Amino acid sequence: MHPAFSVIFFTVSSGAGFGLFALLVLADLLGLGGGLSTDQRLIAGIVALILVSAGLLSSVFHLANPKNAWRAFSRYRTSWLAREGVFAVMFFPFAVAYLGLTWLNIENLDWLKNTVGVLAALIAWLTVFSTGMIYACLKTIRQWNSPLVPANYLALGHFLGALILLAIAGGGDVQIGAYVSLAMGLLVAAAVLKAIYYFWIADPGATSSIQTATGFTRGTVRLLDTGHTHGTFLTQEFGFQIARQFSLLLKFVVFVAAFVFPAVLLLSAQPTQNNLFLLAVVAVVGIIAERWLFFAEARHVVNLYHGAQRT
Amino acid sequence: MRLGLVIDLDVCVGCHACAIACKEWNASGATAPLTDYQPYGAEPSGVWFNRIRSYEVGEYPNNKTINFPMSCMHCEDADCVTVCPTGASYKRAEDGIVLVDQTKCMGCNYCSWACPYGARELDRESGTMKKCTLCIDRIYDTVMPVEERQPACVLTCPAHARMFGDMDDANSAVSVVIRERGGYQLMPELGYNPTNQYLPVRKATPISTENLGKIGFKDRLKGIANKIVKR
Repeated sequence: MHPAFSVIFFTVSSGAGFGLFALLVLADLLGLGGGLSTDQRLIAGIVALILVSAGLLSSVFHLANPKNAWRAFSRYRTSWLAREGVFAVMFFPFAVAYLGLTWLNIENLDWLKNTVGVLAALIAWLTVFSTGMIYACLKTIRQWNSPLVPANYLALGHFLGALILLAIAGGGDVQIGAYVSLAMGLLVAAAVLKAIYYFWIADPGATSSIQTATGFTRGTVRLLDTGHTHGTFLTQEFGFQIARQFSLLLKFVVFVAAFVFPAVLLLSAQPTQNNLFLLAVVAVVGIIAERWLFFAEARHVVNLYHGAQRT
Repeated sequence: MRLGLVIDLDVCVGCHACAIACKEWNASGATAPLTDYQPYGAEPSGVWFNRIRSYEVGEYPNNKTINFPMSCMHCEDADCVTVCPTGASYKRAEDGIVLVDQTKCMGCNYCSWACPYGARELDRESGTMKKCTLCIDRIYDTVMPVEERQPACVLTCPAHARMFGDMDDANSAVSVVIRERGGYQLMPELGYNPTNQYLPVRKATPISTENLGKIGFKDRLKGIANKIVKR
């Protein structure tokens, strides 16, 4: 698949934003590390909303005909893309209400703040799950058609969210240990899920082949002519191929930047806030590489008609 | 009613006339235009509903070239329709034709990701997804003579390799030929249940090129004549 930057940025940015907001609500409810100050909670919430909004805006740039984008909410009964859009828009009123009540800080309305917060977190989880299901529901791409995909999206979004929350928590009086543990736990979960995903897609298993695609199942099949002199929409969108060596190198970069480097820094004694910001930035770069690979490694079955022996 | 095409791989000669006729008709049809990019330039490309590929099946000397036209299969379980967030992609209940409403499409490409047969192509100029309409603006046109109410590709095929009809009617010409010739669907393992079907190449005894036996009197005479006459 052609890795489109707008979609890569969208999934990384909004995934991190939703993860950050859900963790913020949880940290607030549990009073993690003695509880974040009001300012810290507002900053974390606003950062989350900016990440989500920037991501959604970027996704619109992916459209060839954005003037019809408003119609994308209509087919939520069958389409995961429509569901994602509906949940993403539903998230905003609850998130803004939560932040507004946090800012007002009225003692009698704590129950309301917590309720809308929990609802916002639930919708955030549904949105990120829907993002993963957009890819996982496609039978045409075996590297995506796996329950590991929404699991990965949820884990990576929360992992980045935890790093940003940690960087914000690092600037105040709150006990940072709980936030380090939270980030570390999510780091391990995300790294393990990603490793299982890479292991899983490496084995093609029983897939469609050029034989099942053409129906000539009793012999070898070889493409003689594609029928077009230059590229088509199909070769531009689905013809992208990544060299094996390069994909291995990138997987190494993903694990070092997103998981090993942050883990070492988290385990080192008392990280400063500057270090924590550096940590979040390096991890984001690692996850952008991960997302680029997610698209680059996906092999659509239409390639079988263009001569690929299998996907 | 379930309208679709049957393509006879035994007689398709790979002339691309169906693709040209399709382009010609649909360039002014319901989803017109079918934009071309650099039509006279170094890298010509553009939107086509019908593409013909050629494959070599088997190993020499038991090999064969098979020409393989492909357009929208108008699947029974069309994922391109279910994944569409805007409702621009739809499947008609009355005849099973899958269409894209050009006024609703936002050009997100998601339906083309869901299609295993490469039937959908984005028109960069209009920003919308376009695909085979089964010549919906021909087959229901009551002004046309009855015999011309067929998709342009079917009408034009010089080898009669393409047939159009109702798959739901067990006695229609397409249903009969699918039954008799063992018509099959492409990539059935994905479960899209495509309406279009393909007729396999007929079994033929290979013509021997070795041990042809003694040359007869007539052929010997021809040989002598060939030596004498200069062309």
